[in-house]
Amino acid sequence: MNIFNAFGLGAITALGITAMSLQPAAAWEPTKPVEFIVPAGTGGGADQMARTLQGIIAKHSLMSTQLVVINKSGGAGGEGFLDVKNSKANPHKIVITLSNLFTTPLATGIPFNWKDLTPVAMLALDEFVLWVNAEKPYKTAQEYVTAIKAAPDGTFKMGGTGSKQEDQIITVAFEKAIGKKLTYIPYKGGGEVAVQLVGGHVDSTVNNPIEAVSQWRGDKVRPLCVFDDKTLPYTDKILGDLSWSSVPTCKSAGVDVEYLMLRGIFMPPGVSAEQVAYFVDLFKKVRETPEWQQLMKDGAFNPTFMAGPEFVSWLEGSEKNHKALMQEAGFIAGN
Amino acid sequence: MFDNFINLYHGFAIASDPFNILLMAVGILLGVIIGVLPGLGGANGVAILLPLTFSMSPTSAIILLTCIYWGALFGGAITSVLFNIPGEPWSVATTFDGHPMARNGKAGEALTAAFTSSFVGAFVAVIMITLIAPLVARFALQFGPAEKFAVYFLAFASFVGMSKEPPAKTIVSMMIGFALAAVGLDMVTGQLRLTFGSEELLNGFDFLIAVIGLFGIGEILLTMEEGLEFRGKAAKIDPKVVLKTWATLPRYWATSLRSCIIGCWMGITPAGATPASFMAYGIAKRVSKNGKNFGNGEIEGVIAPETAAHAAGTSAMLPMLALGVPGSPTAAVLLGGLLIWGLQPGPMLFVEQSEFVWGLIASMYLGNVVGLLLVLTTVPLFASILRIPFSIIAPVILVICAIGAYTVNNNVFDVLMMMVFGVLGYLLKKTSYPLAPLVLAIVLGDSAEEAFRQSLLGSGGSLGVFFSNPLVSTIMVLGLVAGLWPLISNAIGRFRVAQPA
Repeated sequence: MNIFNAFGLGAITALGITAMSLQPAAAWEPTKPVEFIVPAGTGGGADQMARTLQGIIAKHSLMSTQLVVINKSGGAGGEGFLDVKNSKANPHKIVITLSNLFTTPLATGIPFNWKDLTPVAMLALDEFVLWVNAEKPYKTAQEYVTAIKAAPDGTFKMGGTGSKQEDQIITVAFEKAIGKKLTYIPYKGGGEVAVQLVGGHVDSTVNNPIEAVSQWRGDKVRPLCVFDDKTLPYTDKILGDLSWSSVPTCKSAGVDVEYLMLRGIFMPPGVSAEQVAYFVDLFKKVRETPEWQQLMKDGAFNPTFMAGPEFVSWLEGSEKNHKALMQEAGFIAGN
Repeated sequence: MFDNFINLYHGFAIASDPFNILLMAVGILLGVIIGVLPGLGGANGVAILLPLTFSMSPTSAIILLTCIYWGALFGGAITSVLFNIPGEPWSVATTFDGHPMARNGKAGEALTAAFTSSFVGAFVAVIMITLIAPLVARFALQFGPAEKFAVYFLAFASFVGMSKEPPAKTIVSMMIGFALAAVGLDMVTGQLRLTFGSEELLNGFDFLIAVIGLFGIGEILLTMEEGLEFRGKAAKIDPKVVLKTWATLPRYWATSLRSCIIGCWMGITPAGATPASFMAYGIAKRVSKNGKNFGNGEIEGVIAPETAAHAAGTSAMLPMLALGVPGSPTAAVLLGGLLIWGLQPGPMLFVEQSEFVWGLIASMYLGNVVGLLLVLTTVPLFASILRIPFSIIAPVILVICAIGAYTVNNNVFDVLMMMVFGVLGYLLKKTSYPLAPLVLAIVLGDSAEEAFRQSLLGSGGSLGVFFSNPLVSTIMVLGLVAGLWPLISNAIGRFRVAQPA
């Protein structure tokens, strides 16, 4: 067993050595492996993005030490955020966020706020699309909304990821916009939600593009509208002549709901400006790589990049937004 | 179907490239190590090595990673048999008879039976994938929350009904498991439950921590009480043990076949390898003519769960490829890998990337053959570990357990919890409460509850949803019969006694 152990260690060390290479001198550089916390489970959107980042950084030798992805998904991600919050002034730790940065403390009362962390950069924004099963007759969002309005409250089922998180927030906003209730059914992950739609166990979903694109290509699901103020820029054909750019906005279909999800990077509190600058610079380099651009295209992301005060004011606005949406939906924890 | 064979033939040409064969061997070896170390687990192992594969072709990469997965499936059996510590969730049922066999000096036989059954299970599952892949994918789509709950219900019920212990004790043990499974975030309402404001409890009780404690530490405590040595005689190391065991295996073809069917079915319906192994064990115990001896080192009790676990683990790849739904945590990480390599799992994968898909399926055939040969050669090596005095090996096991518990979440608190579970395991064993239902409830409690509540949300609170179509009704009725079996057989018995009188 010892021999095997040594072999395993050898393989991991070898990985470390390939990841190491010389870098132009910077003001601050990591001196040991950097922990990359994912406040969500393995296989989800945030995890996929973190592991892609890890792969890109290793492949292009963008960092002098290793980046190690660690999943801390407990308490809707609260476990991961608390870990970062409690690692005061530790520059060897970063965390990727999804909307649970705002929703988890509000919904569960876990003692944590994004202001407890040091914002680094916004990497991208994730879009949301309204999907129905391709066998259903609804070709447009209007047709679907008409059908919902014609039926009693709660007849139509909306599947989504998690409870009191982005998918349910969008569902509540959607209900408000059309003046009719749906039955929201929470599932564990976006992939599962997409398959439940294909199997006809729910009537619609608000999956991210990357979660449902393969089912769309297989002509199993149909996108009705995108929850953004403008149509998506990606024109590569996906099914027949259709591309992401041919999906209309929900607003144009009479459903005035907009929602984008943050994919951003934060550090523990109390780190220096130089240390933050190092990571801002690192992620700027990542954005230049072809792999990253491919990911943006595959997942139809909104590739907005922000750092510094601009990012902070975006966060403030987004937090206010989430608080208002969740207050209205009655999602704020009782205490 | 004929196209499938042509595709498979091309697949073999890709998979049998010398570089790919080398990757298979490396993957299996790494996987065995990962499987042996409790806590590290297949999912973590694959996740750690995923970045290594970004520079390979997708086919080579998935061959390496799936072979790690096969290796972990094989390796999980080793510690279960030798030390009563299941390295992976699906090896828990293997401990029930595998460890007693090792204590009776039959570690070599138990390991050989475990590895060979794993191979048989996997092989049958791959054949099924080859023949009926598209059909199977469509079947999996029929599984909504109600159908999933019915499958979990069947797993729990068959355990209550088939258990050798009094049903009341089984149910008490299962209820403790459900209570532990409820700790943490409630997925349906998004609220925290039973965490009492403690940050450590946010994540709930991880199954692996519980298992390492209940079985591993509990076992060490029991052995210490009985006088610091392995119970039973030390294993005689016989290099021919593999061949001798093989000669006896064909006798159990019925158990193997049944377990293959259970495993394939559970793998496709994405319930996974763990319930499959428990169910196969439970049913084998009820059906086999040696059923009374199960739990004391019956080789059939090793064959049944191992065959089913591997059949399920292998067939779980199919929903992942065809639907993009991972059937296990490891499959979930592999799914992430597929996306990074630029492959979109889903209905179009078989059409657009047929070279990749069939290369992978061919590698399942080859990988399992390579795996079997590799692990069988290690049988005498691993069996000889039991010759080391207990006073030396016990601290080593303890350290491995502690490292394993720490690795799950990188959390020292978990090591403490492991010790608490160890004491709990010791107490339950002393008072002869069965541990298996508790473990089953921790593993599946969450998912079963979720499926139950999702079904009720969808039906507006009506229980009729569990009998709303032939598929779900059949599974529910099977579950009810299995759960009430003690009462039913009792009633039949009385009826028979009453008749002549």
